[in-house]
Amino acid sequence: MTKESQAQPALEIKNLSFSYGKQNVLEDIHFTVPQGSFLGLMGPNGSGKSTLIKCILGLLTPKEGSIKLFGKPIHQFHDWNKIGFVSQKANSFNSGFPATVFEVVSMGLYGKVGLFRFLTKKHKLQVREAIKQVGMEDFIHQNIGQLSGGQQQRVFIARALVSEPELLILDEPTVGVDAKSVQNFYNMLKRLNKERGMTLILVTHDIGAMTEYITDVACLNKCLHFHGNKEEFELQQEDMMSSLYGHDVRVITHNHDHHDHDHTHDHDHDGSGH
Amino acid sequence: MEILQQLTFIERGIVAGLIIGLICPLLGAFLLVRRITIITEALSHITLTGITAGVFISQTMTWLAFINPLYTGLIFSLVGSILIEKLRHAYKSFQELAVPIILSSGIGLSAILIGLSSGSTVEWYSYLFGSLVTVSLSDLYFTMATGFIAFIIIFAFYKEWLSISFDQEFAKTSGIKVNRLNFFFSLLIALVISMSMKVVGILLVGAMVTLPVAASIQIAKSFRQVVILGIIFGEVAMIAGILFSYYFNIATGGMVVVTGVVILLLTSLIKRLGLVSSTVA
Repeated sequence: MTKESQAQPALEIKNLSFSYGKQNVLEDIHFTVPQGSFLGLMGPNGSGKSTLIKCILGLLTPKEGSIKLFGKPIHQFHDWNKIGFVSQKANSFNSGFPATVFEVVSMGLYGKVGLFRFLTKKHKLQVREAIKQVGMEDFIHQNIGQLSGGQQQRVFIARALVSEPELLILDEPTVGVDAKSVQNFYNMLKRLNKERGMTLILVTHDIGAMTEYITDVACLNKCLHFHGNKEEFELQQEDMMSSLYGHDVRVITHNHDHHDHDHTHDHDHDGSGH
Repeated sequence: MEILQQLTFIERGIVAGLIIGLICPLLGAFLLVRRITIITEALSHITLTGITAGVFISQTMTWLAFINPLYTGLIFSLVGSILIEKLRHAYKSFQELAVPIILSSGIGLSAILIGLSSGSTVEWYSYLFGSLVTVSLSDLYFTMATGFIAFIIIFAFYKEWLSISFDQEFAKTSGIKVNRLNFFFSLLIALVISMSMKVVGILLVGAMVTLPVAASIQIAKSFRQVVILGIIFGEVAMIAGILFSYYFNIATGGMVVVTGVVILLLTSLIKRLGLVSSTVA
């Protein structure tokens, strides 16, 4: 039984649809994320990426379709420690909030510890370990609001890592983080994926910067436009991007002859690239 | 229990004061970080309605004369806190509306009930501004019982509430039952308000919840420090306020609040002078 569950995909989505009122946001989404893979999920603004993530996390209930986490239908899934989440909005907390880095990272364990209980020595060690992992040990007793955007982001990663999740979901985690920190950040994700075998789902605008880290790609714009491994994606990349965004887009890894005037024909829908 | 019965009224007041000084800042710390300290104002006024109702009932229906108005105050406070949550859901984009709606309804109803009953001005005055001399043994039992329940609730949900206050979405994804815990939080506010009103007074309960943590957050670096310093400030304000009010024979609530404000001013001064090393890197 346990062997079987290990072979289960971390995430399995079948004909998922979601709508806010009458407006369909997601239509007939189908895909599987095997354990140990690193999926880059991309799509333009308003393509339903965050909605999809919220469905996966159980924050929203889909209209149709099924979601399975580690082989279990989501409504029967209670093992939320296995799932780590870093939100797009993580940085938008009240910056005056009186909490230290240690306290914020501890919050990652609170769901697990249980009512009427406080953190044990072992838990506290785990918290320190997670803080070390993201290289924030020098800031452990600092107030979270006084750190830079990149540092805060690392703290939020530590908060997600402290419960030792098997699947880590990151929703545009690099918004508002400077370029150098972004590079370090991607390297850290790569290590988690390669060395610890953690399954990762990263929502991003900028798939180009990610291609050397990820193993799989999914392109979303209401429907799933593409899902496959990185090699397949690179072959059809330009067509994919055009159909996804409805106009020519710069793909950073292939940008030798890119010109700024591309932005002047934003509504070129033929999708043939340039 | 024997010991409690032998207490003089000032000792009863101090015991009640110690409980209030502990519980109010504990609640206040969470209200502060959730930015909803104003809710205490709405609830204290709906509690006043409950008290006036209690006084009215015990006057008009002699067979119910045994009712301590604090009990009806507690019931109204609990109902009020649930109504506030409902209103905050109904006006999703204008959540602050819940406070003035409940507050003005509370005062309106109280005005009618006060008009109908024949309580003396002195009696109402003691409910509004707090009074040490009127803390009876049954009031003390009430404060102890509600204080004990409030403490158990806080102890049970402390870390979950902290996580929810910081980031509700993350709390949900970490397996915390956010809606259920928010409900308990509403119950807690109601309990603490009705627990404190006899000593501190209805109009000043909000201050007791807010002032100690408003002072502690000026110099605290962590949530834990906000709580611990808040409790210390709360206890100092309560005890000093009670003793001052006893020796100068003035309204207890007023004196407690004035002490609280002095502590707040002192902490701002400490912060301004940089006596506490700043945490800025």
